[in-house]
Amino acid sequence: MTNSVKLTDVKKSFNGHEVIKGVSLEVKKGELVVFVGPSGCGKSTLLRLIAGLDTPTSGEIHISNKDVTYAHPSKRGVAMVFQSYALYPHMTVADNIAFALKIQGLPRAEVDAKVAEVAEILQLTPLLKRRPKALSGGQRQRVAIGRAIVRQPDVFLFDEPLSNLDASLRGQMRVEIARLHAKLGATSVYVTHDQVEAMTLADKIVVLNAGHIEQVGSPMELYRRPANLFVARFIGSPNMNILSVKVAGAAATTVTLETPQGLLEIPRTGVVATNGDTVSLGLRPENLHVAADGEASHLKGHVVLIERLGGETFAYVALKDFGNDPVIIKLSGEADLHNHQEVGLRVDLDRAHLFDAQGLALGQPLGAAPDVGAGHV
Amino acid sequence: MASTTSHAPDAGWRKHLPVLNALLRYGILIIIGFLMLYPLFWMIGGSFKNNHEIFSSIGFIPKEPTLDGVINGWKTSTEYTFATYLINTFKIVIPKVIVTVISSVIVAYGFARFAIPGRKYLFALLMATVLLPKSVLLIPQYLMFREFGWLDTYLPLYIPQAFAVEGFFVFMIIQFMRSLPLEMEEAAVMDGCNSFQVLTLIVAPVILPAIIAVALFQFMWSMNDFLQPLIYLSSVEKYPVALALKMSIDVTEATSWNEILAMSTIAIAPSLILFFAAQKYFVDGITSGAVKG
Ligand SMILES: Nc1ncnc2c1ncn2[C@@H]1O[C@H](COP(=O)(O)OP(=O)(O)OP(=O)(O)O)[C@@H](O)[C@H]1O
Ligand SMILES: [Mg+2]
Repeated sequence: MTNSVKLTDVKKSFNGHEVIKGVSLEVKKGELVVFVGPSGCGKSTLLRLIAGLDTPTSGEIHISNKDVTYAHPSKRGVAMVFQSYALYPHMTVADNIAFALKIQGLPRAEVDAKVAEVAEILQLTPLLKRRPKALSGGQRQRVAIGRAIVRQPDVFLFDEPLSNLDASLRGQMRVEIARLHAKLGATSVYVTHDQVEAMTLADKIVVLNAGHIEQVGSPMELYRRPANLFVARFIGSPNMNILSVKVAGAAATTVTLETPQGLLEIPRTGVVATNGDTVSLGLRPENLHVAADGEASHLKGHVVLIERLGGETFAYVALKDFGNDPVIIKLSGEADLHNHQEVGLRVDLDRAHLFDAQGLALGQPLGAAPDVGAGHV
Repeated sequence: MASTTSHAPDAGWRKHLPVLNALLRYGILIIIGFLMLYPLFWMIGGSFKNNHEIFSSIGFIPKEPTLDGVINGWKTSTEYTFATYLINTFKIVIPKVIVTVISSVIVAYGFARFAIPGRKYLFALLMATVLLPKSVLLIPQYLMFREFGWLDTYLPLYIPQAFAVEGFFVFMIIQFMRSLPLEMEEAAVMDGCNSFQVLTLIVAPVILPAIIAVALFQFMWSMNDFLQPLIYLSSVEKYPVALALKMSIDVTEATSWNEILAMSTIAIAPSLILFFAAQKYFVDGITSGAVKG
């Protein structure tokens, strides 16, 4: 398979301040790659480097096997959809979409045909004569996407395209983008803050932090086997609970952990650690359960806060003798629980995560074949 | 507002409060507006009075309306009709407005969007020229244009404007450009525009209200400009309206004020018409719709 976009040790500094600290990445043809990361980590900057709106301080950028590191944006075969839509306010929808083709000097008839085709795909046909001012947010976003599609670029770049929309419209547009990607099969790089967007749209997620890549993988791979604490905390909502514990013994397929509430044995292979090492135990909210009366439990504590969202309930439980913040537990909507209640927690031990003092993943879950996350779930 | 209380029987008068309120507000506004515009009305009225009535009554409605002022004023006391002077004025003003707009927009774009070395200092220098009294420049400029052999031509009146010398206009357009979303221009770059195309196809149409404002100010100021034509023009046949009006005050001892008022009225008409025609562009900037909001 050919590489559509290839970054080789790309660095970018603004006024001597390094914002992108050496990023190497390959995006395959037809793939939709999502960049996620905290605010200010350099997602937009990286996207702008690919787009050609900025040039890297060092490193190389290849698109469709051509070195485009210093090429003009319009010569790279990329099209970009901006967060603010960035439509041309003085032009009609049709002219907005046609603009790039007109600049290229395509004949009028051809331009009109292409605009009509794109408008049909995006259901913009009835709006072609309107100005952006007279469109809703979702319609404006569709025009912005239409402006990108019409150029038939090798690569689509999206910088948080849905973050200006309200929640329900965002969901709708997300489905539409997924549908469009399935239909056009174009290589896409997509920046977002939104977990759901990242998990549902991506073939591959790139987690960025402070200008470097933390981990690259399919959504489920990142979810199941985060390479480090940062990724573990970043992927999944609510965040993974992290408990500080000590290693009390590591065998071939199990690790024994010493917690303030006694020993905990979790199945895990390949753990290299010395007894007494402080490690971080990561437990996702959905892998913690309230034990029924009389049922054995791994951890004990009391409920400090309950958030009922209707379909599901989040309970914050302060663990006895742990110094940590309360852990979050995901329960069914009808969960019968009240504040200050003493509860025992059952842990899905085979889904527990372990990280060493440097924050790197320690060992692997049992039976985790390398192809766990197939991407399309 | 008042409607919430109108159910109570003893508060019925409150229903009329908004009407009274409006009457009061508009009454005051109309009176003040009338006072401020009175000299204008008086000038227009004076055009249709005969010469001695102008000073014998303060009212602006002529008692015995006459077209003498307009007819004689149009003929002027020179060998040319007033039409010549009007045309002369446009020969100065129109090129001046055009070169001002073009040069100011280009220079403003440079300041607003390009990282020119020393941009901050250049900008400060530009702003400093706004503070510089124009009269300071008169003598050196006169000497320069004399060397060029441009005296008694219109060139000194508008060629300087081709170098964006009106710092105020440049400043105004820069402020407008700064408020534009950068992403819009980046989108145009991605669509294949070079800088010049971004300026002409995207930025200029979007800041049209600012451009119209600049054109309008320059038009009005140039229509009224007296000093520059006085210095550079020596033949009567090239005089613009401002000089022609002054000339008719000088030549005869008994000045025909009604003629002067009539010609003044005609002279301000283009500015007024243009202003009202362009007004709707100030009301609603057309940026809305480019970004969310
Ligand atoms: N033109 C610039 N000049 C100087 N610093 C910049 C410039 N553009 C970005 N930066 C800095 O680079 C860092 C990364 O910015 P970037 O916009 O890429 O973040 P981001 O990951 O897109 O954040 P967000 O999620 O908030 O959009 C920030 O610290 C920002 O201040
Ligand atoms: Mg960003």
